[in-house]
Amino acid sequence: MNAEFVSELEVPVRRSIRARVVQTLGPLTVAGGLVWALLQPYRVTLLHPGGESFWWLAVEPPLLVVAVGLLFHFVVLPGLLEDLGDR
Amino acid sequence: MQPPAEHVHWLFATGFLIVGLLLFAEAVVGEEVWRRRFWRAYLFPGMLFAMGVLMWPVMTFYTSSTIHMLAHGAWAEVMMFAGAAELALVRGKLRSPLWRLSLALAFAVSGTAFLIHEQNPWLYQRSAFLHHALGWLLVATTIVPFARAFRPRSLALGSAFALVFVTISVLLYSDRDVAPVFGHLAPTAGVPRR
Repeated sequence: MNAEFVSELEVPVRRSIRARVVQTLGPLTVAGGLVWALLQPYRVTLLHPGGESFWWLAVEPPLLVVAVGLLFHFVVLPGLLEDLGDR
Repeated sequence: MQPPAEHVHWLFATGFLIVGLLLFAEAVVGEEVWRRRFWRAYLFPGMLFAMGVLMWPVMTFYTSSTIHMLAHGAWAEVMMFAGAAELALVRGKLRSPLWRLSLALAFAVSGTAFLIHEQNPWLYQRSAFLHHALGWLLVATTIVPFARAFRPRSLALGSAFALVFVTISVLLYSDRDVAPVFGHLAPTAGVPRR
């Protein structure tokens, strides 16, 4: 194969690997939060509310991790994939 | 209405996790693609600056001693300084890439402040352990932002930089006001919460 064509093919392949890596970041983060919630359910106060103050209901670490993953996936990722040329 | 100290740690952990994800994504796609949309370029420096600003209320309302006040104040100052320098670099107000060294300064000062303001030994209780771990992590990894200032396009350095922020967030999420660490809890630490 002509070396010129090979180098032209390498760019989309590299771009696609990059796209796949950034696509996994959000779901991985969400999965991390869910696994944490399963391992330490007492860190999710909503599962057993019992007279806790506002902050105990508003700030629940595993849910915050899930929220970060969702935020990245739905707010940052779409534009990034578009700019990478994968959409 | 004031949140417990551990909740403040978890909120900052969330901020650091967001920063870690943003930095890792930037390292993977490259600076050129990342900056194709201007708002994306401002995310990391903007968040760093905002977290620096938010350290001031922490300094004001969670001051249990002078050394705590100095440590929180030092974090606020260096985070705002590094965030402002990065913002100015993105905006084009600053041109020398050496301004990126402000992040290395922020790491060194923050790590030192962690180590100095934690008065208890490693295994006193979990928060003491985490303060020591965070301090040494930041001091040891100061080399990462330092090297990144000279090789900003390096995938390895960019990923390592992001990983430091994710590790900081994991350590901050692990923080509890009173809790054992590896089965150790000093009798004077108080009653542990789950």
